[in-house]
Formats: sequence, structure tokens, C-alpha cells
Amino acid sequence: MAKNIPAPGETSKEAVVAGIDVGGTFTDLLLIDGRSGQVRLAKTPTTVENQAHGVVAALNQTGFDISEIDLIVHGTTTTTNAVLERRLAKTGLITTRGFRDVLELGRRTRPQAYGMTGTFTPIIPRNLRLEVTERVEASGRVRDPLNEEELRGAIRQLLDAGCEALVIHFLHSYANPAHERRAAEIAAELWPNDYITTGHALLSEAREYERGVTAAVNASVQPILERYVERLRRELSARGYGRDFLIMNGNGGMISASFVSREAAKTVMSGPASGVIAAAYTAKRAGFPNIVTYDMGGTSTDVALIRNAQPAVSNEIEIEYAMPIHVPMVAVHTVGAGGGSIARVDASGLIQIGPESAGATPGPICYGRGGKEPTITDANLVLGRLSARKLLAVDSPVGVEDVTTIFAERIGKAANLDGVSAAGAVLRLANVKMAGAVRMVSVARGHDPRDFALFAFGGAGPLHASALARELGLPKVIVPARPGITNALGCVVADLRQDFVNTVNQPVAILDEARMRAILAAQRAEGEALIAKEAVKPKRIEVTHSADMQFVGQTHILNVPLPSGEVDRAALQALFERAYFARFKVELPEIRANLVSLNTSVTGMRPQVDLSRLIDPAGRAATLDGALVERRPVWFDGEWQDTPVYDRQKLPLDVAITGPAILEQLDATTVLEPGDHATCDSDGNIIIEIGGRS
Amino acid sequence: MSLDAITLSVIQAALQQTCDEMDLTFSRAAFSPVIAEANDRSDGIYSAEDGSLIAQGSEGLPVFVGVMQYSTRTIIEMICDGRCLPPEPGDIYIVNDPYLGGTHLMDVRFAMPVWRDGKVFCWLSNTGHWPDTGGAVPGGFSASATAVEQEGLRLPPVKLFKKGVLDPEIHAIISSNIRVAEQRIGDIRAQAAALRVGEERLSAILDRYGDETVIEAIAELRHRAADQMRAHISRIPDGMYRSKAFIDSDGVVNKPLTIALVVEKHGDTLTFDFSQSSKPCAGPMNSVLATTLSSVYLAMRHIFPDVPISAGAFEPLIVKTPEGTFLDAHYPRPVSGCAAEVSQRIAEAVFAAMVQAIPDLVTAAPAGTSGNFALGGHDPERKRDFVMYQISGGGYGGNASQDGLTNGCSTIGISKSPPVEIMEQAFPVLYRRYAMHEGSGGAGAHRGGFGLSYEVELLRGEARASFVMDHGRFGPQGALGGADGAPNKVTVFRNGEAHVPGHLSKEQDIPLKAGDRVCVDTPGGGGYGNPRDRDPEAVRRDIEMGYYTEEQARALFG
Repeated sequence: MAKNIPAPGETSKEAVVAGIDVGGTFTDLLLIDGRSGQVRLAKTPTTVENQAHGVVAALNQTGFDISEIDLIVHGTTTTTNAVLERRLAKTGLITTRGFRDVLELGRRTRPQAYGMTGTFTPIIPRNLRLEVTERVEASGRVRDPLNEEELRGAIRQLLDAGCEALVIHFLHSYANPAHERRAAEIAAELWPNDYITTGHALLSEAREYERGVTAAVNASVQPILERYVERLRRELSARGYGRDFLIMNGNGGMISASFVSREAAKTVMSGPASGVIAAAYTAKRAGFPNIVTYDMGGTSTDVALIRNAQPAVSNEIEIEYAMPIHVPMVAVHTVGAGGGSIARVDASGLIQIGPESAGATPGPICYGRGGKEPTITDANLVLGRLSARKLLAVDSPVGVEDVTTIFAERIGKAANLDGVSAAGAVLRLANVKMAGAVRMVSVARGHDPRDFALFAFGGAGPLHASALARELGLPKVIVPARPGITNALGCVVADLRQDFVNTVNQPVAILDEARMRAILAAQRAEGEALIAKEAVKPKRIEVTHSADMQFVGQTHILNVPLPSGEVDRAALQALFERAYFARFKVELPEIRANLVSLNTSVTGMRPQVDLSRLIDPAGRAATLDGALVERRPVWFDGEWQDTPVYDRQKLPLDVAITGPAILEQLDATTVLEPGDHATCDSDGNIIIEIGGRS
Repeated sequence: MSLDAITLSVIQAALQQTCDEMDLTFSRAAFSPVIAEANDRSDGIYSAEDGSLIAQGSEGLPVFVGVMQYSTRTIIEMICDGRCLPPEPGDIYIVNDPYLGGTHLMDVRFAMPVWRDGKVFCWLSNTGHWPDTGGAVPGGFSASATAVEQEGLRLPPVKLFKKGVLDPEIHAIISSNIRVAEQRIGDIRAQAAALRVGEERLSAILDRYGDETVIEAIAELRHRAADQMRAHISRIPDGMYRSKAFIDSDGVVNKPLTIALVVEKHGDTLTFDFSQSSKPCAGPMNSVLATTLSSVYLAMRHIFPDVPISAGAFEPLIVKTPEGTFLDAHYPRPVSGCAAEVSQRIAEAVFAAMVQAIPDLVTAAPAGTSGNFALGGHDPERKRDFVMYQISGGGYGGNASQDGLTNGCSTIGISKSPPVEIMEQAFPVLYRRYAMHEGSGGAGAHRGGFGLSYEVELLRGEARASFVMDHGRFGPQGALGGADGAPNKVTVFRNGEAHVPGHLSKEQDIPLKAGDRVCVDTPGGGGYGNPRDRDPEAVRRDIEMGYYTEEQARALFG
């Protein structure tokens, strides 16, 4: 539950706000002019080498004078790509004697449950990981003092090796950071720049591997992010935008570009976070506080569960195998299936989808870039769900007949199906598999699907949403006005946000209530102070508290929202027991509860953004017929059905459509299955009521 | 066949999904860290007729592949011949008897029938590793046990839940015979909750597709899994492939145990003959038949990970019952080492045979030991007793395209190791080193991965150290000209004097006092291919990283 405090004097006059999201393929821009109500969109190819060029190109494309923009909010994949492709700044590590290999040993696993192969590349190579004499015990007691001479020697050795960034990571620094702090002071004297990260600074938590990787990622992307921000600042200022701009963090909040690189690791998962923020915002306005977000792209699908309009935040995200980044981030789960997932028939004659993907290159067959393997996108084309006319836009068009023939050969032959039925089988199976994966990370965790709506976005989300909601038992689907630019919208609507976690780790029965309240109050005060430093002033401050809890003896935790910072032991115990029963249908009166940590989110709320003009009202037709593009046969339930295709942008606001129907717009296609009933709300969202049975 | 390929695929996905959701619930609700963190658990669906495996969770512990079908079959047989009471709706049986289709006593199985129209449609079962089931030593891994009674409480199949209600009498018997009993109620509830999640999901599938369709699909899927495994096997050249793998000792009698394997590939079947292996042993390194079979299955699934886990996949794998050997032990032989150690050596024998036949698909031998080090004692500062376990990884074998992984988990597990900081918080110990075991990777064109090297000091009070490890005498074997990985090494420093266990990798109750230290170097993986064929650039990098010294590299790679 939120506690709302009005900030003194609502000063915000952000009249023109531009949200810019740099994705893997495209840079998307959404500009909202609060004064005129005008909305402008732009889409340019992402410029991989220097994302700033794509950003400027997108801004230019709007035709809006850059100097007239009041605020630019930016989501970037600069750090994500740097980590995944290991294009990192040369970084050295100084650690406790005996522990330099922690970053390479990991937590003793393998990439797959079956298969004894795999590789792992540590973030910092072994020859740049040095040890010094120092040791703190688990209690925080110093066993061996820090040997400052050794430390200076190690720092010089790393400088001589050409390191640009430095990590200082000592055992038990969360319990006593004195050695790390002293080492950072000494390093600051010798190191030529500010790229020094200490292990305890980002997240003060036990677990040396996770804390070390988080610190190492932070240090090794810091110079890269800072250089990028500076390039962008120069580009923007050359075009008359001299103000500060904001960058999206993985927790779904924004932070000033001037100090984003200090905690650069927090931006690593910012892309998916902005989509989830936009979904929560849009759905809340539409009256749906509980949603499952479904962002289906070319190679993967991102899923998040939102309750009470609050995206869950997790400290335990892994960006890839054995690469944990433990800072608070929106809990987005990635499912390895997307439009490019390849369908094939395995040795037993069964159809399988993925895990191989055609990716962006060569991509699905119908992209005409040389793809030869049938994908989910190709199946949608064969079945009439995607428009064949759009194929003309690609470099070297491939006909629908050719794609159908490939389905007949690759899939149909073994399964005794013609090309169209084979494509139908692929689509059906893809939906079942995706539904399973979505269930595992959302409603299978103790939620009743009937309380949730599916919020579909990304290029392919709306194409599958209705079928998926049927599989999952979700009664409704929301397709936002602009499914393809949801991440950019997330930048426009995101708030300023700071998250805090303090480890307590004590049985509830012996908790010091005054100390608990003091922790929550201190978290809140720190958050408010940080937000006050931002150049952008929020409209009001919202504070939420939660507790991570478990039964004594357990290792997994359950996050329990707290009604206020004024909690007591009895309330904690009761809240936890209720949450545990809801999740597992298990009551354990015999066992005591344990408080693992107390958490606070402090959000500086920005003024509401009007979404009603994301689709220009002037372009809407008076009647449904006015929006009709064509009628074409589309494959539903094993047969071709004559199906109306509408231009989404022209649909009248008071529209009511019964499926089957297809709604097309520039960046997405929405499918209404037979029996579905769709209406439109005042923000231009399509609300689909799932009808009939699957 | 009347079922179309789509329905079949859809039902296959739904059954798999059911098992995965059971796994998820079990792990997240469990108390035992071995289940919750190490995922030492598995859930599956089994046939009503003979318990054969229909589907199993994709993230279940590999060594449980196939095991539960034997325990479920035993329950069905015992119900038929009256040794077990017949089930009623809501009943859940508990069993951990190793000789009735199990592993070791700590792996506790629950089995629950799914009812349709008053009849048993199929069984759901799960296994979880409990931290203790009584016996001579905390945790159950006694290196010197000579009979199963010393290893813990043995439960035949009995109803723990009757008509949905936990039986307080059975629960009381269990609680009175195990350590840290008060938390087991949490695991019992979690294990039952997972089965009920499975029941709910499976019922939804049956309601949606119809019982008859699902029955037909299950039969057809079994058929097809068999076909898929046969298709893989057909591509292996016909012939006999021989291998050997060695266990250091049984913990009681200090001489090696031999696993001698002959794999015969003929047509589309593989026959595994272990009959020339050592006789049953006095100590706890015996294996029961279910574990031996499961070890063969999990090794083959490491080689062909795409074949779904079902009884059909095992059909073309014919394992001759190794009667009279330590791989088919009977009551009252002690068996605590079967799931963690013997199983991995069986898998090593399978890898070593198959790498000759299909060198592109199989690796050289991985470290293949769970590296179990237990320390039990009294902490005078906190005024309480403690038992600490350190389970460790080691290097994986090189393969046709890559070097082996460093510090991989056991062949039969998928678990994470505990952080040093968490261990030091919980127990009166201090790690002086947690590092790579330098030089341990077996030389090869693709070298083995490196093991772990750690050193722990007891900070206060007194304690006893026990070790159940392996590969102390012989390193993990190299393949196709590759060298063996470095062996496991245990050294205990008492009053500054080094003590090496007589059995090298196994010893029980070594007394320690404050300041004494335990050093363990875990094995490196076997090398793959001739070391002289290794890319000189890769050798140069290995030296630069300090993985090998220059002298070592010169001697190993030339």
C-alpha cells in the first residue's frame, strides 16, 4: 500500500517529453507535447557502434525542434550489450588473499541439467585478479589488518597492465566495510579516474560470488556508459538541448544522466524494465491493476507479473548463465521463444518449437534475407494472420506459396499434413509451449489466473495474445494503442525511483520493533534525499515497504508487502502466514517465521501523461465499416474463415467487434479468435474478452 | 493410430508442464537446503499398471531419472499381494527403503494415486533428499557403516497421509528417529503440496482432452521416445566397447572397487554388461539395482539430452542385472555412497565406453565426485552443536570442441555450492583459501577443466571431520589420448602436522581442535585428444592465466 506525500509546491512544467528506447534492431521514440496534446513517433535503425547517432536520427525524424524539448528520457542497451558480448573496459580486481578465483569458480553448476559441456568466461580474467593480505570474519571482526603496502603494489601492477577500472572486493565487507573503504581511499590517490567500485557499495549482502560479479560488472561497464552519455550529451547540446537528461534504470525508475554511471550495473536490465513500467501505467489507467505482461519479440519473450499496478522488484536476476547482477531490478522473466523460433520435426516424429531461433539474420523465411527454416512468424503468414502485402516491404520478397511449401516439406511430410495444416500445428504448439513457460513464471506461483489480464505488446505479442490467454485461463487481453513502442512509452511515463534492501535475518519472535521501524524510516529518508538531488522535480513522493520472509530453516524467500513503516511483530507474522498460504496452500503453525530483509521503494511521481492521443482521434472513422481494409481467409480452428481486417488506427472509439477479426497497425497485428469480443477504451487500448473455448 | 501429431505434441507439453510445476512448488516450499537450494529432488507421473515412467520434471536431479518408476512399481506390487494397504482417495505413501527401488535412505519418496471415476488413473511421485534420517552419523553418509541399520531409519511403503490427513502416529515414529526433526514437517508439507499441484494440473488436462485421448497419447509418446532413442543408437557403429572405472575403496576395506563395463551396440539397442565388476563390498559403496539402472540412463541422457525422459527412452537400453556384484546389492549391505559416488563412477564407465564409439558426442571423464566433507562439533561461543557439509565441484572433461568446464557440479546433480560467507556465518570456521586447483586439468587437445582447492580452519571448540569422496587414487580418465585429470587430495593439519587419510578420499571422525585445518583439492577433468595437438596459443594463454606453470605446460603439452 502506498503512502502519498505531496511534495512542496508542484513545480513540474515538463510540457514536451521525449522517451527514446534503443533496442537491438530499432531505436523507438515517442514524443508527447503536453501543451498541444500532439504526439510524434519515430523509428530508426539502431546504430550499434554509437547508439547516440540513432537517437539523434530519431529525434530529427520527429521534425520537432530538439531545443524545444523540455525533457529527454532514455533507455539504453549500451551496458547490456557490453556484458553479453564481453566488450568491457579493461578492469582489474583486488581481493582478499586466497580468494581471487571466486569470480571464475562461480557457484559450481553447469549450463544445462543434461549435457556435460559448456563454457564460462569470467568478467575479469585471472591475470588481472590480484590478492592482498586482509581478512574480516563473518562477525565483522578484523582478523588480519589490511596490508596497505601490498595494496599499493597491486594497484600499480593493475595500472601497468593497462586497467581502466578497478574493483575492490573483500570478504564480509557487508558486515564491516572498513577495509574496502580504506582501500578505495588509497586507490583514489593512485588511480587516474573515478572508476573504482567497492563490493559493498551496490548491494551490501552476503554471498561473495554474486556481490563480486555485480561489482565487477559495474566497474567494467562504467567507462563505457559514461563515454556514451557524454557522446549523447554533446550531440544533443550541439542541437540546442542543454538540459540534463534521464536514463532508465533496471528498477523501472529514472536517474539523471550525470550520475547514472556511478551505479552503471543498474542499467544492465533497463530495456525490459521500461516495457513493464509502461504496461503497469497503461493498464492501471484502463482499470486493470493485475496483469501478466507479454512482450514477444523476434528471439525471446519477456514476461512479468504485476499486482496492484506494482511491478515486482527482484534482487536476484541472472543476465545469462552464472552471471548474477544483484541490484534491485524489475522482475522480468525471459522465455526463449519468439517469432523467429524454428519449428522442426524430431527423430520421434513430433513437432518441436525452438530452442533454435532464426534471430534477426537470416530471420524468418518471409523476411527474404535468406532464412530457410520455418519459424513461428512464417506460420502466422501462411495462416493469413500476418498480411502477405507487408512482405512487399522486404528486400527480396518470398511468396506465401513458397513458405507454405517449405512447411509442407519440413513439417508436413513427417506429420502427414499439408503445408497449411502443418503451419497450424506449429502455431498451436507454439502457443501451448509459450503458455506453459508464461505460467511457470507468473500464475503458477500461487495466483488465480482469473484475477489477471494479459497485457500484450512487442511486435508479436498481440498476434498470439488471445490464444495464449485461452491456454492460461486469463479472461481478458489488453492491447495498448502502440504495442511496438511500449518501451519508449515506459521512458515517458517512468518515475524517479530508489530501492533499498537491508538484511535483518532474525526470527520474527525476537525482532526489535524499534529497530525495524528505524531501518524503514532510514531507507525512506535516504530515498527522499536522493530524489531531491535530481534536477527533475517530482509531483509527489510515494513510499512503499515490503519484507522478504521465510519460515525459520528455509532458504527461499517470499516477498510480503507491508501496509506502512509502522509494523510490529504480530502483524509481520500474520501477513507472512497469509501470503504463504496463498502461495503454497500450506499452513505451518509449528514453525516460526524469519525476517530476511526489509525493503523500501521511494518513488518520485511525475505528472500523469495523457495517453488518449497515442492514436490520433482525428483519424478515427465514424463507423466500423470505415475502418475495414479487406476481408481475407484466415485459418482458425482447422479451417479457413472469411475474416475482416481492420485498420486499428481508424477504429471508432465506441467499437465493438466479435472475432474472428484482424486489427492491423504499423507496428503490430492483433488477432481476435472466433468468439472473442473486443472494445476500445478512451486511451485507445483494445480490450479483448476471451470468448468460447479453446 | 488415431491421434494426430498436434494433439500428441500438445499433451506431451502439458504432461511435462505438470511435472515442472510440481518441481517448482517442491523446491520453493521446502525446508531442507538440499532440496530448496541444491534441487536434490524430482517429481514425475507413473503408470497405474506397472509404475513405468510417463513424464518427469526437466529440472529434476539427474540421478532420480527412472528411479521412482521402480519404487512406484514396488508399491503397486505390494498393494496387489497385500503387503501394503490399498489406496483410498487422498492417501499418500512414504517410502525410503533402498532395496525397494530406491537410492540411499536420505532420499525419501512420496507416492500418490490420481483418481478418475473411482479408479487409479496413474501415480504421482516425488523424491526429496532429507538432511537426516537417523543412523550413526548426522546426514547419513557414514564412511565406515557395514549394515544399512547404521545408516538410518528405513521405511517400507506406508500411508503417511490417510484420506488427505497426515497420520500423527507415523509422523511421530519418523520424528522420534531423525535429527532436526522439527523442520521436517515443513518438507513433508512441501512434498505433499507438490503432489497436489500435480493432481490439480493433471486433472485439468484429463478434463480438457478426455481420459481416453490422454491414455492413447501416453502410449504413443512412450513408443516415440523409444523410437527417438533407437534412432540415435542406430547411428553408433556396431561393436563392443569396453571400459573400466575405479572407486578408491569402500571406506572399510582399503582396496579399489572395479566397475568393468562392456557395451554392445547391435542394431538399435545398447546392452550394458557390468558382470565382471567387483563383488559386494563391506562398506557403504554398494549400489542398489534401481540406482545402477538410473546411472546408466542419466549418462545416456547427458549424451542425448533431447530424448524426453520416459520409460520408452529406456527401452533400447538393456542393462543386464549385475548379479553378485556391488552394483546389485541386497539387504543388509550399506548403500549411502550409491547415489552420490558409485552412480558417478558408473556414468564415467559409460562415458569412457561411448567416447570410443561416438567421440563427437561424449566428453572425457568429469571430476565425478560429490566431494562430501562433513564437520560436526560444538561451538562454545554459541553454546550449540553444529554439523556442516561442504559439497564441492571439480573439472569437467574436455570434448571434441571445447575445454572442460572448471568447477562443474557432480554428474548426477545440478546444485549450487554454498557461498563461503554463508558457511562462515553459520559455522565456527574460516576459509583460508577458496581457489582453482592449478594444474589439475588433464592435458589434451582440449584440456580438462580445473578442480577446486580450499582450506578451512576450525576457529573454536572441537569437531570431527569426515570425508566421503572419490578419485583420490585415480584421476578422472582422459579420452582419445588425453591425460587423466589430477586426483582428489585430502590433507588434515592437526597441531601443524599433516595427516592424509589411509583411504585417501574417505575417513570418518578425525578429531580436530581450534586452529586445525582441512585442505581439499578436488579432481580436474580428463583431457580429450593428444595434448601435442593443442593450439599453442591456448597453451600460452593457460600459462599467462597461471592455470599451469611453464614447466608443467612444457611437460604436458610439449
